[in-house]
Amino acid sequence: MKNPDTNSLPKKNPLSFQLDVSKWEKASSAEKEQQIIERESVTFFKDGMRRLWKNKVAVVCAFVLLFIIVAVIVVPMIYPYNYADQLGIAEVGQLPDATYNNLGPMEYSNTEQAKIDAGEDVFPHLLGTDELGRDYFIRVVYGTRISLSVGLFASIIVLIIGTLYGSISGYFGGKVDLIMMRIVDIIYSLPDMLMVILFSVVFKQTLAPAIEGTILEKLGTGMISIFLVFALLYWVSMARLIRGQILTIKQQEYILTAKALGASPARIIRKHLLPNCISVIVISTALQIPNAIFTESFLSFLGLGVSIPMPSLGSLASDALNYIYSDVYRLLVPALTICVIVLSLNLLGDGLRDAFDPKQKK
Amino acid sequence: MSDNKYLLEVRDLKQHFNIPSGLFGSKKLKAVDGVSFAIKEGETLGLVGESGCGKTTVGRTILHLYEPTSGEIYYDGQHIKTKKDVTEMRKKVQMVFQDPYSSLDPRMTVADIVGEPLDIHKLCKTKAERDARIAELLKTVGLNSEHASRYAHEFSGGQRQRIGIARALAVNPKCIICDEPVSALDVSIQAQIINMFEDLQEKLGLTYLFIAHDLLVVKHISDRIAVMYLGHIVEMGPANEIYNHPTHPYSISLLSAVPIPDPDYAKNHKRIVLEGDVPSPLNMPSGCPFRTRCPRATEKCAEEMPPLTEVAPEHFAACWNL
Repeated sequence: MKNPDTNSLPKKNPLSFQLDVSKWEKASSAEKEQQIIERESVTFFKDGMRRLWKNKVAVVCAFVLLFIIVAVIVVPMIYPYNYADQLGIAEVGQLPDATYNNLGPMEYSNTEQAKIDAGEDVFPHLLGTDELGRDYFIRVVYGTRISLSVGLFASIIVLIIGTLYGSISGYFGGKVDLIMMRIVDIIYSLPDMLMVILFSVVFKQTLAPAIEGTILEKLGTGMISIFLVFALLYWVSMARLIRGQILTIKQQEYILTAKALGASPARIIRKHLLPNCISVIVISTALQIPNAIFTESFLSFLGLGVSIPMPSLGSLASDALNYIYSDVYRLLVPALTICVIVLSLNLLGDGLRDAFDPKQKK
Repeated sequence: MSDNKYLLEVRDLKQHFNIPSGLFGSKKLKAVDGVSFAIKEGETLGLVGESGCGKTTVGRTILHLYEPTSGEIYYDGQHIKTKKDVTEMRKKVQMVFQDPYSSLDPRMTVADIVGEPLDIHKLCKTKAERDARIAELLKTVGLNSEHASRYAHEFSGGQRQRIGIARALAVNPKCIICDEPVSALDVSIQAQIINMFEDLQEKLGLTYLFIAHDLLVVKHISDRIAVMYLGHIVEMGPANEIYNHPTHPYSISLLSAVPIPDPDYAKNHKRIVLEGDVPSPLNMPSGCPFRTRCPRATEKCAEEMPPLTEVAPEHFAACWNL
């Protein structure tokens, strides 16, 4: 036990309260090594994900969204009915079965009932059918798919254009900023709903020959014109927001430091300015998705959105208005789906901001 | 190291800012108005003056963070004119900033902050080489290599300033412009950082332009001192000479304000309190900028700006009534 080194230490006074040094042992270098608490070297992204994981609400929302996304991809593959099939219309020469129309949840039409009586298996209509005899459940699933993808792509377009424009305008300032922001003001001052309608009408007609035969044709002119409308009009508020952020962050001394080190403007924007306004970008993108979903449903309501028979949550809800007294669930299902998606996106956006902003950390 | 070679030379540097006033007009703010000095290799020049006299602007203009209005900057005998010259100079002349809290990007880890100049000037080819260099730099400034993965907000002020110094050292500079590097720190930490600056100078043969408003700090670290007032250098000379025998009335009053840790001496010592306020650099007095507060002011002072004249070997002062 006794260390030879301790012999050289002065003897302890028997009356002293001092600890007897000779009873202590010196730490070996291996033990000293143990005392160094080294945190694992983590990237910014990993660190943020770790914090996000601790936020229960955000995790739940992420799973809800993940569930919805997986569902809208998988369900149409395994579900026996198609969103466009009018089940009542039978083969050529036979009379259509009108009992297929406006079925309630889990009800069967006469033809199907006959099949069941004959001992055949018939997949039930989980949410009944609509006035044209199309399975309502698959239409809601398909509508969710359309609405989500419109929201996602539209906000990505807005994000890219708005961020680029806003950061360039904010960083260079002066005359560049003046001119760029006046352009934004002009676009901002246009009545946007009118412009959206005009653009959709124009694009719908001009796009049709242009995309014929390409992969874009499958998307339909309605969808593409929605994206174009977003790309042309909705980036302005994003650009303003980013510019405002950049203007404040630009004043920070670390930007001057980066300049003194010889960093190029592109590097300063990419490495210093944008990472420091990530919280604003994340939040406004998360809010842009529901905004896009709303606009899309508004356009669909006017018949300018997705092309018939393609459903979207908005068009489903507006169609269901006619049946609000008889079949309320037809309005409630798409409306609740929109609610769940929008709520989850907002809460997840909040969680992301908390997780990726080390300064705001509690 | 030759004794007579000037590493950094500034000739008649002017930095005027346009301040918008009224609807269309603009006024000239003369932050720096004709400053000339030169620093020898391995030397430390202290630049002192009160707040707003243009010290910081001088430092930043040398690195072309502000485009100089006029004047010439020479580095190692080469005139810095084009953008390419500036980029080249930024590999050799680095800056340490005043506020260690805002001069480090809160979104970056220490490794990224210190490694940034390496990335910008592409000094390291492999990641391993970069990591090794960062660890070496952190060790040089007394930090641990395990600190590399942390964010700047996890550190104290003194540690943050060390990170800032490590970043400045990353490109192996010959000259460092220290823009009040210790004024945001505690007195005990100030001493540590200043000693570190001295050690680094000895070890790496650095040249400093040390900007500060604390005269004791400047006297301690500098070989020569330049005193600034309203964008002009009013007195310049060896540190001890300026400290013991100031000749310009502004330097005299500035030095009389330095507290002396000797009660007997302090009792008999009379502090010279200047009358009035510093004139606005937007509206500079004619002639000598100091004449509005100067006890020796005469009519000549209002007419013409006094030139820097040699009052003792290597000791210059700008005053008509020496």
